[in-house]
Amino acid sequence: MSDILVVAEHAAGSLKKGTLHVIDFARQAAAKLGGGFDLVVVGPQAAAVAAQAGGYGAGKVYTVEGPAFEQYTAPAYAHAIAEVAAHAGAKVIAGASSSLGKDCLPRVAVKLGAGMASDVVGIGSGNGLTYLRPMWAGNVVGEVEITTAIHVLTVRTAEFDTVEASGGASPVEAVASTFDQATLKQRVVEFRPTVSARPDLSEAAFVVAGGRGVKSKENFSLINDLADALGAAVGATRAAVDAEFIENDYQIGQTGKIIAPDLYIGLGISGAIQHLAGMKASKVIVAVNKDEEAPIFTVADYGLVADLFKVAPELTEKLRKLKSQ
Amino acid sequence: MKIMVTAKRVTDPDARIRLKSDLSGIDSEGVEYKLNPFCENAIEEALRLKAKHDGEIVAVSIGGAEATTEMRRALAMGCDRGILVDGADDALDADLVARTIAKLYEKEQPDLIIFGKQAVDGDSNQAAQLCAEYLGLGQATFAAHPNGSAGMTGGEPGLAVADGKVTAMREVDGGVEVVEVAMPAVVSADLRLNEPRLPTLPNIMKAKRKPLEQLSMADLGVDVALKVKTIAFSNPPERKAGVRVADVDELLNKLVNEAKVL
Ligand SMILES: Cc1cc2nc3c(=O)[nH]c(=O)nc-3n(C[C@H](O)[C@H](O)[C@H](O)COP(=O)(O)OP(=O)(O)OC[C@H]3O[C@@H](n4cnc5c(N)ncnc54)[C@H](O)[C@@H]3O)c2cc1C
Ligand SMILES: Nc1ncnc2c1ncn2[C@@H]1O[C@H](COP(=O)(O)O)[C@@H](O)[C@H]1O
Repeated sequence: MSDILVVAEHAAGSLKKGTLHVIDFARQAAAKLGGGFDLVVVGPQAAAVAAQAGGYGAGKVYTVEGPAFEQYTAPAYAHAIAEVAAHAGAKVIAGASSSLGKDCLPRVAVKLGAGMASDVVGIGSGNGLTYLRPMWAGNVVGEVEITTAIHVLTVRTAEFDTVEASGGASPVEAVASTFDQATLKQRVVEFRPTVSARPDLSEAAFVVAGGRGVKSKENFSLINDLADALGAAVGATRAAVDAEFIENDYQIGQTGKIIAPDLYIGLGISGAIQHLAGMKASKVIVAVNKDEEAPIFTVADYGLVADLFKVAPELTEKLRKLKSQ
Repeated sequence: MKIMVTAKRVTDPDARIRLKSDLSGIDSEGVEYKLNPFCENAIEEALRLKAKHDGEIVAVSIGGAEATTEMRRALAMGCDRGILVDGADDALDADLVARTIAKLYEKEQPDLIIFGKQAVDGDSNQAAQLCAEYLGLGQATFAAHPNGSAGMTGGEPGLAVADGKVTAMREVDGGVEVVEVAMPAVVSADLRLNEPRLPTLPNIMKAKRKPLEQLSMADLGVDVALKVKTIAFSNPPERKAGVRVADVDELLNKLVNEAKVL
């Protein structure tokens, strides 16, 4: 029995990398609480995922499988997670601030009578277990205290490291859920995936992002080419997504993905608060904008006041040369 | 069809929010307040559904007397009536908001509650999901109009109601999910769900005469104990502006030799 339960996410039988960041959080919280952590895997191929997840030092990996969990729905998954949490005696239930975590974990909190903190970026320095989280699009950091015995959290993966496997294998326990599928009032009709051969935006070391300044979907190939020359993921602003230059999955910001790559290059992006909220934690920021007053320059390590239509192809070309040397 | 929509008063989303020098809270000096952008999307979608299916839209909010301004805006956009429950922001958490709205649901019995995805001050993104669980209802969170998504420019609405069910497009990691939820149901609106209308002058005038009920938490019998308290504020790590480079060659040189990222 451990005090912390980490909700593992997976797709097509593989553990998602985001979970490894949540484990880093769990190890930090466990160090403070003085216990360990467990994992819970809900859904298809849970046993296979549990085998991968078992090498990271979890006290136990719980699995829940069955027809009701073949396809993700918040009510069913919340039921299973809350059930496992109660069974494991968990005091803290943590998952990634992913769309699944945000959708499902509040329902877990209600089931457990727990308070919930969203987007945790750190642990408070006082005696009790408090959490730091961004508010007002990241302009303010709040320290929150959860007054209930059980805490439910979503964790911002970009703010925690990914953990290395520590070897060994955690014992796996399959839990039979009491969820009654007849009570489910919703179903997934269809999933339309975003298909990309480029690195995953949330995990990439390099990100090249384009904004409204790119002007059209066709021109967005300049961003894609630059990303490919660099081996980078592609990102975008809300304005670029709204204008249909690229799919919603690539939006960076307050309401999109939160990223912290080694290098972020933004072209034709003004640097609105809501965009900065998603990329300010990048290690090195490069901004290319023809307006020298653009707010993005206030956070850029290297700012280039220039026309992106000249800069992008030249940079792509020179990076290709550099790489082939 | 009866739809309940939430209408929160928040700080202007484009204001640069700073803490007071004693870090006791945000410095609201000169900061404007607005209707939460996501709530505008929720209201707009309710209006579009009403245009198709008839019925009534009730806007609800929890806030101080000053939140009357944002309630009137919701009414000016076209909501039929409003309910404002008295409660100050620092005496609320998402859980108390959800429990209060759940009480209003029981009182009003709507077919649909449409929340905003998140409030741009606290950024919690919880209230809709919490409320759905309290009420034992299905949920379609992060509903969005499917533009900008591969193969999805077919003009499908983000939200559609038929046969006692609501179908929603959801913006999720890795793509777009289409979900069908039996009504009554809870929805949360993302920014790409629609383009919220601006109230017209005649509608602003009309809104002044629309019913706005004022209630207290005690009237509704809600336990006001908080599960989550913000006990301290701090400033995020400041990022220094760096240097300007003259051209691509200088940029590459800096990235290779100074930042050493390439
Ligand atoms: C509640 C809320 C949530 C939001 N969430 C997000 C979010 O998650 N992510 C996000 O990105 N935004 C978000 N926004 C939107 C945000 O406020 C901005 O509108 C958006 O980020 C602007 O995108 P942009 O920089 O691409 O466009 P613009 O602000 O229009 O900037 C375009 C820039 O391109 C430059 N440019 C034009 N032509 C060239 C050229 N040839 N060469 C070089 N530069 C050029 C211009 O000088 C300008 O600075 C949100 C807004 C709200 C209200
Ligand atoms: N005080 C409030 N009054 C009315 N609606 C609210 C209030 N707080 C939150 N909401 C609604 O719940 C949504 C999610 O809020 P939150 O969970 O606080 O991010 C918001 O977009 C609003 O639609």
